[in-house]
Amino acid sequence: MTRFSAFSLVRNALTGHKHWTEQWPESQPRAEYDVVIVGAGGHGLGAAYYLAREHGITNVAVIDKGWLGGGNTGRNTTIIRSNYLYDESARLFDHAVDLWENLSQELNYNVMYSRRGVLMLAHNVHDVQSFKRHIHSNRLNGVDNRWLTTQECKDYCPPLNISPDARYPVMGGALQERAGTARHDAVAWGYARAAAARGVDIIQNCPVTAIRRNPDGSVAGVETAKGFIKAKKVAVSAAGNTSVVMDSAGVRLPLESYPLQALVSEPVKSCFPCVVMSNAVHAYISQSDKGELVIGSGTDQYTSYSQRGGLPLIEHTIAAITEVFPIFNRMRMLRKWGGIVDVTPDRSAILGKTPVKGLYVNCGWGTGGFKATPGAAHVLAWTVAKDEPHPINAPFTLDRFRTGRLIDEAAAAAVAH
Amino acid sequence: MLLIHCPYCNETLPEAEFTYAGEAHIVRPPDPSALSDDEWEGFLFIRSNVRGPHYERWRHMHGCGRFFNAVRDTVSDRFLTTYPAGQPRPDLASLTAASEPSK
Ligand SMILES: Cc1cc2nc3c(=O)[nH]c(=O)nc-3n(C[C@H](O)[C@H](O)[C@H](O)COP(=O)(O)OP(=O)(O)OC[C@H]3O[C@@H](n4cnc5c(N)ncnc54)[C@H](O)[C@@H]3O)c2cc1C
Ligand SMILES: [Zn+2]
Repeated sequence: MTRFSAFSLVRNALTGHKHWTEQWPESQPRAEYDVVIVGAGGHGLGAAYYLAREHGITNVAVIDKGWLGGGNTGRNTTIIRSNYLYDESARLFDHAVDLWENLSQELNYNVMYSRRGVLMLAHNVHDVQSFKRHIHSNRLNGVDNRWLTTQECKDYCPPLNISPDARYPVMGGALQERAGTARHDAVAWGYARAAAARGVDIIQNCPVTAIRRNPDGSVAGVETAKGFIKAKKVAVSAAGNTSVVMDSAGVRLPLESYPLQALVSEPVKSCFPCVVMSNAVHAYISQSDKGELVIGSGTDQYTSYSQRGGLPLIEHTIAAITEVFPIFNRMRMLRKWGGIVDVTPDRSAILGKTPVKGLYVNCGWGTGGFKATPGAAHVLAWTVAKDEPHPINAPFTLDRFRTGRLIDEAAAAAVAH
Repeated sequence: MLLIHCPYCNETLPEAEFTYAGEAHIVRPPDPSALSDDEWEGFLFIRSNVRGPHYERWRHMHGCGRFFNAVRDTVSDRFLTTYPAGQPRPDLASLTAASEPSK
């Protein structure tokens, strides 16, 4: 594996780019591992990297039914922020943002983390009150978030329509300046490359069909399309398919899987400086470095594994976007797609141990887990290595649905996040 | 957009007329105060979330307004059947044999 540097770029440019080495080898499964991670999304690959780097556990395989990063990691609109209401969430997401800031240097891979600011628009009195409550709560937790007046929103994001007779009047907004975006694929690739360099096997195109347990109930390994693989510990990080995988181990989860869609426009010159989220009208927008507008939509009303999603949602989102940003109403959209997101009743993740010894789960990130990638991966690795949760993920237990100790971001936001 | 058959109106209509109402056949506890925490968790939060034929509730919101049940394959999104609320679960084997859902 070549280390990327200005020097290696110049040298390879001068030799016609013929000598770059592969970024990770094509691995075949061994008979046994210390840890098997199911799902090679950003979370699973990142956990493998931190297991190797922070805990010295390198006899690890990350197994994916498709290609790495081909799940929600490669399908999301890449919004990164940490201004969540509750203390537990603020700590978890802010931990992730701390790691995002130095991730490119750490991985020697440009994940293009861009602190361009995320502005959430308030369109009604409820939004104003709820955003201000978030701002106060965030400040108490040391998370940056501040209130902008209508005019300040316009100054921050010039394409915004703030006319008082707009269909969705802008009554102000909450701005997190430390928030922004990152290149989704690069996050998966960067973690994969860094994990593989430390000896982790990444096994693609190999569905895990069941989790096998020992007679004493503890985890024995995983059944896969390439045969049985023995494992001392198994961590499931399979996003929308988590229920299916965990069912095979006899663990039933409080999850429902829904399609969530996004779309991109044709690329245009740089015209959109930040990320804007409008929860009330379900529209999220930013501009990629290639110039495409990246637009996020809502979830379908019904559960599904179809990775498609219905057209009425796209229509609704585009109608909202062209109202809030009239300059885009002649823009042509290039393509749309869907990913399957795993939603919990309180809209917070489940990250920790399960009733099965040696089996760990990281799921329930729903519509908003890309931003958490480095943080979730970091504390998942800790939990697996030490067989106990890191203080940051300790509240995010599966048990909370029995005890009632919910982390109710659903009630706090009342919309997708 | 899905096309959904309302068993009361006996018409197949666009999804926009309907609202989804979650998994079907989850029976309310007859004696709630007798429930343990585990049982409450199961009733309130645990869902089958199956990949394949799913028993679910829909409401014909902008039509007759009534709730009914459906079996839909969550991989193809194809409806295998719809039936009035209160009727027992239709047998899966007969449904899948009849309509051969695509996987
Ligand atoms: C359209 C869309 C927009 C989004 N926008 C945002 C956003 O702006 N900001 C944000 O923070 N979040 C966003 N999200 C959510 C975010 O994408 C996810 O929460 C996050 O990427 C989850 O990462 P992951 O690594 O857990 O899952 P994934 O990347 O989905 O990885 C899970 C992997 O598990 C594999 N797998 C599943 N079953 C099996 C099996 N049986 N055997 C082997 N492998 C299996 C899958 O193939 C997949 O690669 C969005 C999601 C979507 C769909
Ligand atoms: Zn009807």
